[in-house]
Amino acid sequence: MSADTTDSFDLNTLNDQELTEQVHDDLYNGLKDEIVQATNIFLKRGWGPDKVLNDALVEGMRIVGVDFRDGILFVPEVLLAANAMKAGMEILRPLLAETGAEPIGKVVIGTVKGDIHDIGKNLVSMMLEGAGFEVINLGINNPVENYLAALEEHKPDILGMSALLTTTMPYMKVVIDTLKQKGLRDKYIVLVGGAPLNDEFAKAIGADAYCRDAAIAVETAKSMIAARRAAR
Amino acid sequence: MPGVSEGLLVIACGALAREIVALKRLNGWSQLEVECLPPELHNRPEQIPAAVEGAIRAARARYARIFVAYADCGTGGLLDALLEKEGVQRLPGAHCYEFYAGASAFAALADEQPGTFYLTDFLVRHFERLVIEGLGIDRHPELRDEYFRNYQRLVYLAQSHSAELSAAARAAATRLGLAYEERYTGFGELESSLAHAVAVPVAQVGRAGERAAWRH
Repeated sequence: MSADTTDSFDLNTLNDQELTEQVHDDLYNGLKDEIVQATNIFLKRGWGPDKVLNDALVEGMRIVGVDFRDGILFVPEVLLAANAMKAGMEILRPLLAETGAEPIGKVVIGTVKGDIHDIGKNLVSMMLEGAGFEVINLGINNPVENYLAALEEHKPDILGMSALLTTTMPYMKVVIDTLKQKGLRDKYIVLVGGAPLNDEFAKAIGADAYCRDAAIAVETAKSMIAARRAAR
Repeated sequence: MPGVSEGLLVIACGALAREIVALKRLNGWSQLEVECLPPELHNRPEQIPAAVEGAIRAARARYARIFVAYADCGTGGLLDALLEKEGVQRLPGAHCYEFYAGASAFAALADEQPGTFYLTDFLVRHFERLVIEGLGIDRHPELRDEYFRNYQRLVYLAQSHSAELSAAARAAATRLGLAYEERYTGFGELESSLAHAVAVPVAQVGRAGERAAWRH
């Protein structure tokens, strides 16, 4: 990936393959305006919104995610890339809705009570949406009542919980224990994430999986839904 | 054992170096020595356990007594797992804000306003490098609101009475667009924890009962 794309040129002059690669570069460099421009060019060329999303934006963010995991990129760069992708998604979202394609699953996701950190959670939400999930984002500082109400209202396949603090992550167990007490635990796949979490913690609190980053969250959500549906 | 110091080695987060040295001087802990790890690990907590492990292994042949001046510090229990294996104790609590303020006072602050951003003396001194540059706000000012939009206030947990640091902390709050509060904590549980570690005889180091008493 190039680290510097300060030389401006007309994106219209690129063929589809070159433009796709340019979008990957521009996402990597967090260039929001260029992503908006390229998204519109693809659409004008007759690309379907799902193809723009998957080939250009999601693939670009996948590359960003891999380099973040490998310690090549850091939070600021990922945040800029996510903002750029969000700008592209805003153009595509209404077009995707018009296609009438069924979501591949439904996810209720929120940051737990006492915790106001949502950068990672919002990135996961966006990547899940990009992968074809319907996502209900509950925001930050959610007590167990918020989760229960959202599960009742939206009847998702997956409950996702996020926490950034060592002091707030134990609240995930409060939510899971409440689900157990109400006989609801087995109705949902429970995925958890956040910087201080790990596999052992997820197992100890009774979650189905810990997702280290957004890409793994998407992979895990897909595979667990497929496994659950196959078992029915 | 020949060549092994009877003193206490404190493997510390670099953010605590100044305070630990001050406590050593104030209390006359001549048997205490400090080795610091880079404070930048504050922003990369997943790297803390390996860094601490390396420091412990490197010091084993030289010191019979080792203490780790880290809290959990965002390691999600992985630091504890390492220290359990090594038979080494650490500072109490989740992070430095908690052991400076005291567990109950910190819990009250967090309950009162979850959207609180904390600074210590160290973080005030190095605010530009660790917060502004560390989060990329210097290069991308628009990220400030991305990071801090859910925060409401900045609380400076002061270890010292310093008008200069207070002014710098207040300026940091303004820069982040947050309300400002200041609480003097002194050294908090850092001092009592180190005093306990200094007092533990070599023969008792690493006993399970001792360790449990340190954990929260």
